[in-house]
Amino acid sequence: MSNPRSRFVTAWMCMGFAFLYIPILSLIIYSFNSNKLVTVWAGFSTKWYGILLRNEQILEAAWLSLKIGFITAWIAVVLGTLVALCLTRFGPFRGRALLSGLATAPLVMPEVITGLSLLLLFVAMEQAIGWPAGRGTFTIIVAHATFALAYVAVVVQSRLVGMDPSIEEAAMDLGAKPAKVFFVITLPIIFPALLSGWLLAFTLSLDDLVIASFVSGPGASTLPMVIYSKVRLGLSPEINALATLLVAVVAAMVVGIGLFSARQEKIRQRDIQMAIAANK
Amino acid sequence: MSEGKKPDPLMVAPWKDPAATPYIRIQNVTKKFGDFVAVNNVSLNIYKQELFCLLGGSGCGKSTLLRMLAGFEEPDGGQIFLDGQDMAGIAPYKRPVNMMFQSYALFPHMNVEDNVAFGLKQDHTPKKELWDRVKGMLEMVKLSGFASRKPHQLSGGQRQRVALARALVKQPKLLLLDEPLGALDRKLRESTQFELMNIQEKLGVTFVVVTHDQEEAMTLASRIGVMNLGQIVQVGTPTEIYEFPTSRFVADFVGSVNMFDGRITDEDNDYVRISSEDAGCTIFINHGVAAPPSAALAVAIRPEKIAISRSPPANTQENCTQGIVEDIAYMGDMSVFNVRLKSGKLAKVTQPNLVRHTDDAIHWDDHVFMSWHAASGVVLTV
Repeated sequence: MSNPRSRFVTAWMCMGFAFLYIPILSLIIYSFNSNKLVTVWAGFSTKWYGILLRNEQILEAAWLSLKIGFITAWIAVVLGTLVALCLTRFGPFRGRALLSGLATAPLVMPEVITGLSLLLLFVAMEQAIGWPAGRGTFTIIVAHATFALAYVAVVVQSRLVGMDPSIEEAAMDLGAKPAKVFFVITLPIIFPALLSGWLLAFTLSLDDLVIASFVSGPGASTLPMVIYSKVRLGLSPEINALATLLVAVVAAMVVGIGLFSARQEKIRQRDIQMAIAANK
Repeated sequence: MSEGKKPDPLMVAPWKDPAATPYIRIQNVTKKFGDFVAVNNVSLNIYKQELFCLLGGSGCGKSTLLRMLAGFEEPDGGQIFLDGQDMAGIAPYKRPVNMMFQSYALFPHMNVEDNVAFGLKQDHTPKKELWDRVKGMLEMVKLSGFASRKPHQLSGGQRQRVALARALVKQPKLLLLDEPLGALDRKLRESTQFELMNIQEKLGVTFVVVTHDQEEAMTLASRIGVMNLGQIVQVGTPTEIYEFPTSRFVADFVGSVNMFDGRITDEDNDYVRISSEDAGCTIFINHGVAAPPSAALAVAIRPEKIAISRSPPANTQENCTQGIVEDIAYMGDMSVFNVRLKSGKLAKVTQPNLVRHTDDAIHWDDHVFMSWHAASGVVLTV
């Protein structure tokens, strides 16, 4: 701390953190504001949390968002993993480059375009074959799974590429049929990637507003949609309370995952040390 | 060529017995990757209980051949028979063949015991027998105390032994080893070589080993198949490969060699004289060769078969040349001399350091005589 260089670095770091977190911090602080006017402080209170928990509309939307996120995450993990397997394990096949490009296109596609195109598709399909009848939870799940699978595919693919292919060959050589190799060998090895893919898909679905707005129908409002429509009518401390809860959940998840992987790394390091010591 | 050799009574040599049936028959096998021919019309017989080494540089097709035996690649042409059975179209998980991978390919999420047991579990071996066999195998590779370790908790040498145990526990008809010692350090490699040979003798499993390390091949193998550009260029015992190479490639690839270009000047059934400007002398060889007179050929002489001295040897007429010592490499057990001949060619001579120190030792820039026995040169036409 004493030398000027490190003081300079520390100052910059503090400014960086301030830039990132002061908005969130102020949101948290104002969620405990007892005043109905968001920006005028009138003392500490948790009443907005109570009001929030009695607000049927928000609770319903939150529940719907969680449901959609959960289902989306599973669909995206399954489909994304299949895409990743195709791209890494099936060698060169006709259309491989096309699949690779199309699977990852949603990563760079503007959300507005993805949403609009999906909406047009759903409308056209309804007119042509009568399915899906109307738009709602189902169409949101389809839309979310479509773009979330791209993220899962990328995450899983990089894990598969980094995995020694002879491990799978060894399993096959020892008498395991391909399906068994996948479930007993490949799946456990790429499990961390599947887990982060799942969480990624879940999070993406949870906070998506644009695509959901396009493909949703009456009666299916996700949490971001409700928040957005409420904020348009004016800021409410209730929303601050809701946002604070979301931040708390996300922070808990991040800290949890961080602690978990730090512990894993520690165990790994200790094992390596033990192995080295055992050989001396 | 091998008339002079006495058969070794300890060494069974089924490949010399025309009535013996080969255990593995590779017939005109070809494998292409796009336009690249990885294995080009290879035919090879390997006999039961052999420890056969496929030796060659990288990209010579040895690994592809091994992978075809394991079933990971299908030949584009030709056939492979194992114990009389055509292997075409048989999936890797149905072959009575196991492989030890270069990376060992241990399952990182299973402990040592479960790694070894994996193969037997696929066969639905009864529980009791399964764990007895796993235990026995771990004892054999001296890993009994490590059964519950995970692969990342093991050293390289231990991992190698787990991989070996895992491949052997199914008692395969044929064990394939891809660079089995490649990832070990030198000291460990030497001891492991002998361990591998002991295990092979004890279990009587046929081994096919792929390696680029000629020393490894020489120590391990009952026979070596030298590969180059997708083809087998010579098959023989380590002695045959080293002492009687049939081509410049083999002579040069296995061990180091002095190659002198020359022409036959005089020949009969039991001798041949070759004049070589390269060597700067006439080379006399005490057996006949099957080469047309005056054909361009090369004589290969191993560095350790050349005697080096400052004083002229008894016969300076033939098999003797002179030069200036340009470099000396002291290796402890022996010294390597690089001698510049009159033709400008650099010749290599090795000499065991029999005495600790002599004032008479050969030095840089000394004028030396190099001579060799009439049986030392190998005539190579290809």
